[in-house]
Amino acid sequence: MITFEGVTKRYGDGTVAVDNLNLQVPTGAITVFVGPSGCGKTTSLRMINRMIDATEGRILLDDQDVRKIDPPTLRRGIGYVIQQSGLFPHRKIVDNVATVPYLLGWDKKKARDRAMELLERVGLDLKMADRYPFQLSGGQQQRVGVARALAADPPVLLMDEPFSAVDPVVRTSLQDELLRLQAELQKTIVFVTHDIDEAIKLGDTVAVFRVGGHLAQVADPSTLLAEPADDFVEGFLGRDRGIRRLSFVSAGDLAVRSEAVVPGWSVALDEDNRPLGWRPDGDGAGLQPFGTVDLKKDSLRAALDAALLAPSGCPIAVDGDGRFAGVVTREALDEALTRATRGPSDG
Amino acid sequence: MNWLFDFFGNGDNWSGSDGIPMRLLEHIEFSVVALLLAMVIAIPLGLLIGHKRRGAVLVVVTANAARALPTLGLVVLIVLLVGVGTTWPVLIPLVALAIPPILVNTYEGIRGVDEDLRDSAYGMGLRGGQVLMKVLVPVALPLILLGLRIAAIQVVATATVAAYVGLGGLGRYIIDGLATKDFPSTIGGAVLVAVLALVVQLGFSLLQRVLVSPGVSRRAKVR
Amino acid sequence: MGDAEPLVRWDWIGRNWPSIQTLLVDHVIMALVPVLLGLIIALPLGLASVRWRLLYQPTVSLMNVVYSLPSLAVFIVLIPLTGLAERATVIIPLTFYSLAVLIPAVVDGLGSVPDHVSQSAVAMGFGPMRRLLQVDLPIAVPVVLAGLRVATVSSISLVSVGALIGRGGLGYLFIDGWQRQFYTPIVVGIVLVVALAVLADGLLVLAQRLLTPWARARRTA
Repeated sequence: MITFEGVTKRYGDGTVAVDNLNLQVPTGAITVFVGPSGCGKTTSLRMINRMIDATEGRILLDDQDVRKIDPPTLRRGIGYVIQQSGLFPHRKIVDNVATVPYLLGWDKKKARDRAMELLERVGLDLKMADRYPFQLSGGQQQRVGVARALAADPPVLLMDEPFSAVDPVVRTSLQDELLRLQAELQKTIVFVTHDIDEAIKLGDTVAVFRVGGHLAQVADPSTLLAEPADDFVEGFLGRDRGIRRLSFVSAGDLAVRSEAVVPGWSVALDEDNRPLGWRPDGDGAGLQPFGTVDLKKDSLRAALDAALLAPSGCPIAVDGDGRFAGVVTREALDEALTRATRGPSDG
Repeated sequence: MNWLFDFFGNGDNWSGSDGIPMRLLEHIEFSVVALLLAMVIAIPLGLLIGHKRRGAVLVVVTANAARALPTLGLVVLIVLLVGVGTTWPVLIPLVALAIPPILVNTYEGIRGVDEDLRDSAYGMGLRGGQVLMKVLVPVALPLILLGLRIAAIQVVATATVAAYVGLGGLGRYIIDGLATKDFPSTIGGAVLVAVLALVVQLGFSLLQRVLVSPGVSRRAKVR
Repeated sequence: MGDAEPLVRWDWIGRNWPSIQTLLVDHVIMALVPVLLGLIIALPLGLASVRWRLLYQPTVSLMNVVYSLPSLAVFIVLIPLTGLAERATVIIPLTFYSLAVLIPAVVDGLGSVPDHVSQSAVAMGFGPMRRLLQVDLPIAVPVVLAGLRVATVSSISLVSVGALIGRGGLGYLFIDGWQRQFYTPIVVGIVLVVALAVLADGLLVLAQRLLTPWARARRTA
């Protein structure tokens, strides 16, 4: 647990970067600091590992005031990932990853073994180990950055806009990778971004900052989308909040009919029982488009999307292998949507 | 310090063909001609390879080797070969001395211009020559001027050596003073050359302020 | 001097080889000692200029002034202090010329360390000394070496001017040739000086490749 107690950062010229911040960052979860530039989110992050020292208030790391810990010692126990990777250009990838283990005095073999293990873990080809940073793409460098931050197995990870400099496709895969890693490792992660979609995708908790270093709202993503605290948060969240919030509602509660028919339409299946399309009743018109939803994995947003893709207006439910599992009627979908809008996070 | 008074206080040193004004003029003449010749050779070449991005390795290696050419040796050899009495032989080593800094800095300046800037210039429809003259040169100007400044200072300082083979310039006070154990003359000459070099240095600083766009040198103050 | 005088008399070289060798050694010492001294002095001064930004402008201006002083003039001014035809009379000014090239090189080199790299070094728990030795200085190497190449080559060339005050290594051959109206020593001197410079430069380039395999583009001097 990381606790901000009345933390203020004021600079010599009178600028206030962070103003009386009170916040708890829970252990083992991802907390995202999000907000426009100049809102103090990065300053708040950097006060945790004392890259910046607070002017007032204190920050507790598991009940210990960070100001009482010698900065290098503190920092070796906290992973840190930044936007431009910060890799050492003069060291090979494997040695970059092993940086903190070397600092902690591990023997070379052990440190390198650990580095190789982590490279594999973040999804990098081990051939990269002996290359230099300039020989890697931006996305690969970012993965190395994450591996390096994890090298000494720190309980806390600080990530300062780590994926902002890569293209959207790579960014998405890095985000998915982070979520996969987090499911395994359960680190306490503080993640800074200015991208609200990234915040909503990654955060267990999202802290929205406003300019001047004030906290506007702290909530889980679903609550945030459903009940923004004020106009600023609402504006920052942007359009389509309702639909976006459906991402956090499981499709598992949808009622499914096992017959492959709805009025006017029937589902055409191949010999493997996978849906091919909607066939209209009556004349011999061709197959029409369809959308599927996996009730075990997907959200209500995916179900709604599947409904909108089909002329029949109904999502086709499938199992994990993509085999037909039933049809969701419009009535069932309506019912689920109504339930979802009534209580935001009551499961 | 008394030496300086002996030298500069002596009225004879201020007139005639070996008076300070005359010697100074000779010195400046050598230097300016050598620098101009070097510019005529090195700037177009530097612009060309910086713009076309070819032949860079060859140029840099040659330039580095040319830096090593000992001016004294070249002056002596050339004068022995062509005979005393003409000025131009002395210019060859001085030009050789001035080319490397001008060439390398011009090339580096042009090559170092931001890729995006170059692309956007082409993207707006400028032709190769226009891109070079309207975009690359103005942005590279600080480095080009730096090359010229280094070259000018080296030429002014090294032109003293010409006096050894009987040519004029401020070096005469140094060499003749050394030969006749006339220390005031030697020191006086050395001081004159140093002052001239500093004036050149200052001149280039001013030139830089006038020629380089404030947008490039970041001189423009926000407040 | 007759028209028949060849540019190089090989037998002269053969007969005078031992004394040429002595001059060569003298030349190497007087050229390289200043560069080494310059590097040793430029490192702390460069570090100080980076640490205390206020120092940088005055240092650079001073170095620019030093660089403008003609070598011959400085040799002469030093004679009363260090003596005529002494190595020190040549080495001291050349050390200052090296400094004029190397201090900016050290400062630029340290300036070439990307901000995000030093930031992440701090964030991973590097102390100031360790960061300097393991991160900042290694990354500065290509730029410093580029400066070292310029300083070395200039120094090798400049030593010969010392011949005018009686101590110029291979430069003596120029004076000798001139006084006897004899090409061979002059040509030998020029060739040896240039060869020495090219050799030294080549060794530095080699050192650069070995020391900095990670540098993306080879720096040019």
